[in-house]
Amino acid sequence: MTNLHSLGSLFAAVDVATNGAVRHLADRDSIFVWGSYLIAAALFILSLKWLSHPKTARRGVLAGEIGMALAVIGTLLMYDVITYKWVLVGIALGSLIGTPMAVWMPMTAVPQRTALSHAFGALAAALVGTAHYFEEVAVPGVPHLDKFTMAILAIEVFLGALTFTGSLVAFGKLQELLPSSIKGLPNQNAINFSLLGVAGLLSIWLIFSPTSWIVFLLLIVVSLVFGLCLVIPIGGADMPTVISLLNSYAGLSASLMGFILDNYLLIIAGALDGSSGLILSIVMCKAMNRSFTNVLFGRMEPTSAVASDDVYAGKIKSASPEDVAMLLEGAQRVIVVPGYGLAVAQAQHVVRELATLLEEHGCTVEYAIHPVAGRMPGHMNVLLAEADVPYEQLKEMEEINPTFPQCDVAIVIGANDVVNPLANTDPTSPIAGMPILNVDKARNVVVVKRSLSPGFAGIPNPLFAADNCLMLFGDGKKALMEVVAALKEG
Amino acid sequence: MHNLEPKLFVFLLATFLGLEVIRRVSPLLHTPLMSLTNAISAIAIVAAIQITAGGHSTLSTVLGTIAVTAATINIVGGFLITDRMLKMFRRETRRRD
Repeated sequence: MTNLHSLGSLFAAVDVATNGAVRHLADRDSIFVWGSYLIAAALFILSLKWLSHPKTARRGVLAGEIGMALAVIGTLLMYDVITYKWVLVGIALGSLIGTPMAVWMPMTAVPQRTALSHAFGALAAALVGTAHYFEEVAVPGVPHLDKFTMAILAIEVFLGALTFTGSLVAFGKLQELLPSSIKGLPNQNAINFSLLGVAGLLSIWLIFSPTSWIVFLLLIVVSLVFGLCLVIPIGGADMPTVISLLNSYAGLSASLMGFILDNYLLIIAGALDGSSGLILSIVMCKAMNRSFTNVLFGRMEPTSAVASDDVYAGKIKSASPEDVAMLLEGAQRVIVVPGYGLAVAQAQHVVRELATLLEEHGCTVEYAIHPVAGRMPGHMNVLLAEADVPYEQLKEMEEINPTFPQCDVAIVIGANDVVNPLANTDPTSPIAGMPILNVDKARNVVVVKRSLSPGFAGIPNPLFAADNCLMLFGDGKKALMEVVAALKEG
Repeated sequence: MHNLEPKLFVFLLATFLGLEVIRRVSPLLHTPLMSLTNAISAIAIVAAIQITAGGHSTLSTVLGTIAVTAATINIVGGFLITDRMLKMFRRETRRRD
């Protein structure tokens, strides 16, 4: 029995069971159905391929949309009008909720929206898995779940449920409904491993006794709790990694769903999503010089081996907006180093205004983007693109780092740990080995910052005390507006 | 389970293809990448439709309808916001105003 036939005969069995209430417009075997899936799979791959460059990226979105529409229409062809009703209700409701979320969401809130969409994706996977389980268990006469199917079903529901609650916690933290650094319970890691162990035992139980539906429900509960416990202790700076990892889980659970429901399109689309999450997680971990296990199970303890007073005392040079304007007037090459603080202060548009002024004076302006600037991979690029910064000026770390010695002024706005030279010089520092932007190599550095307070790593930054560094204290947006005003006068 | 073997091969190939294609995506576009792959993996809607429209039981209909709703939110929202973001990525052409 091929997979296509098996599903076809499953529907046939249902057909008989419901006295012919279910009639097919097209069978699963129909070329319209599998043909639409085949084209959709090709379009999804092309969609990601075209996304590789901004020039072709929007074509990629279009390809994805067409693929999705084809697959949905192909699926709907399999059923008749009687059973359409609830599908249409779901689609209408989803469109009603999804559209405003996409149209009016400010770009600073994209990480939250992404976390929420991982939650929705995982919820769909977990619910479909659950519904499938109860169908298989409840219908007598249909062969019971074999061991492989049960094992995959258990993993699918486990991943779906943990990603659902984990993503909701991530959403809560990003939206600041939850404090960003709740300390976990004292034995958080022991609790997490126990939960993982219990989930494993419950799954094994189900493999040998698939009809024990109470065990199945227990597995769901344990998975939901595990998701909460996993993400709650993870703090602000690790959010980009966590989001990427949850992305990967959501994709994997969608793919496993395809295994269970004999749907190759699902296997492919889920695998694509899973591998994208995996790549982004690796990029994020490398950018922080940390491992997965370190992000998930280890917490960065502020060691503060260096007292901030020793670093800063008597060495901080505070500058006025006018001083900074004078410095900038003579500059030929300026590099802006934006951090998340820039987005918090909503300063990206003022930065763009400042850059335009400088460019009018014949100065070159570029932006140095650290991979973990912002709250999700690539977030800072979106925020600057929104402020009309041409994307050629957005430079990656590896590309711009060798050019800092030729830079007249580097302006650091709302970034701290990613420009801390201790990462290169002090092997005992909590950020030792983390790749940083070599801002300290620039001829002059201007740091726009409210105070000397430390970043996520909780350590002082010797850059602020360096000879070539001026501190412009104040709110990022206000301070930059004053610099712009001073430049216009001068 | 039927055909575990071809499924594993398809999964393996799709994962490797995904890794190769996505490795080439510029870090510039990592945020749109995540929202696009998210929309694409909402293809889970076809499974949710099968469950909902199959009419196997009230439980299936209820869980399926919620799943269809959740997947649709991701499809509609994911594609719309990806396109909204990509529209903002401009080259340095007009400018100098």
